[in-house]
Amino acid sequence: MARMKFICDAERCIECNGCVTACKAEHDVPWGVNRRRVVTLNDGVAGERSISVACMHCSDAPCMAVCPVNCFYRTDEGVVLHDKDICIGCGYCSYACPFGAPQFPSNGAFGLRGKMDKCTFCAGGPEEHGSAAENEKYGRNRLSEGKLPACAEMCSTKALLGGDGDVVADIFRSRVLQRGKGSEVWGWGTAYGKPTQGAAAPTGEVRK
Amino acid sequence: MKARLLIATAASLLALAGCERAQTQDASARKIDAPAWAKSDGANPSYAASGFKPGDKIAWENQLRARAQAQNDYVR
Repeated sequence: MARMKFICDAERCIECNGCVTACKAEHDVPWGVNRRRVVTLNDGVAGERSISVACMHCSDAPCMAVCPVNCFYRTDEGVVLHDKDICIGCGYCSYACPFGAPQFPSNGAFGLRGKMDKCTFCAGGPEEHGSAAENEKYGRNRLSEGKLPACAEMCSTKALLGGDGDVVADIFRSRVLQRGKGSEVWGWGTAYGKPTQGAAAPTGEVRK
Repeated sequence: MKARLLIATAASLLALAGCERAQTQDASARKIDAPAWAKSDGANPSYAASGFKPGDKIAWENQLRARAQAQNDYVR
């Protein structure tokens, strides 16, 4: 199996926030923490585009590189996870991440910043699969149940694709060929590297 | 009186020193995660996707591949 990947098709995303809701509900994510969110560029202008953003589970994850306590690890499927028992909530990963994925619950007294929380690709954490401890700290472990992330599976327009990178790339490629446009995917190049063949690399240009 | 105070201070410092614990952190402190397809006693089997038996890597991969294809509306 290849690495697990997310990709959001900006031509299909209708900014319904179904992915955000699915994530919140599936993992009981606390108020103020958004593991996933929808970003709209040129909102209100004709031709606006939206994408659903969360942890991209980067190949060369900057959060992992800057963590002073080495709490991050990568699974065999390429999912970037972290151990909350080691995290000290310093926030370095938040500054390093280009996608704003690391989140910090701040509902305590005196602006207390809790341990980092982020998208787990619905793969839980380093606790026993499906255990109460894992559910409490990281949310549900759908991957160990033979399921894909809730956000991708719940997406009504199938804009957000998640799963085996090869399969997801094939699905996206067939769409691009069918409609003849939309290969410039935001975030793809940053997280997974620029493609060596096939789809064009993202240009970073914002549509006017 | 002065000597008593000194002894008391020294004793309390000695007692506090006993409370000191190692504060260094190494990579080995991080827990080892089990593979995603691995069987777990803590998991509720009723949540597993139908057709997938936890602990079977091939079945897990096939299950995920099938579910990924469910996102492809050109093959429905």
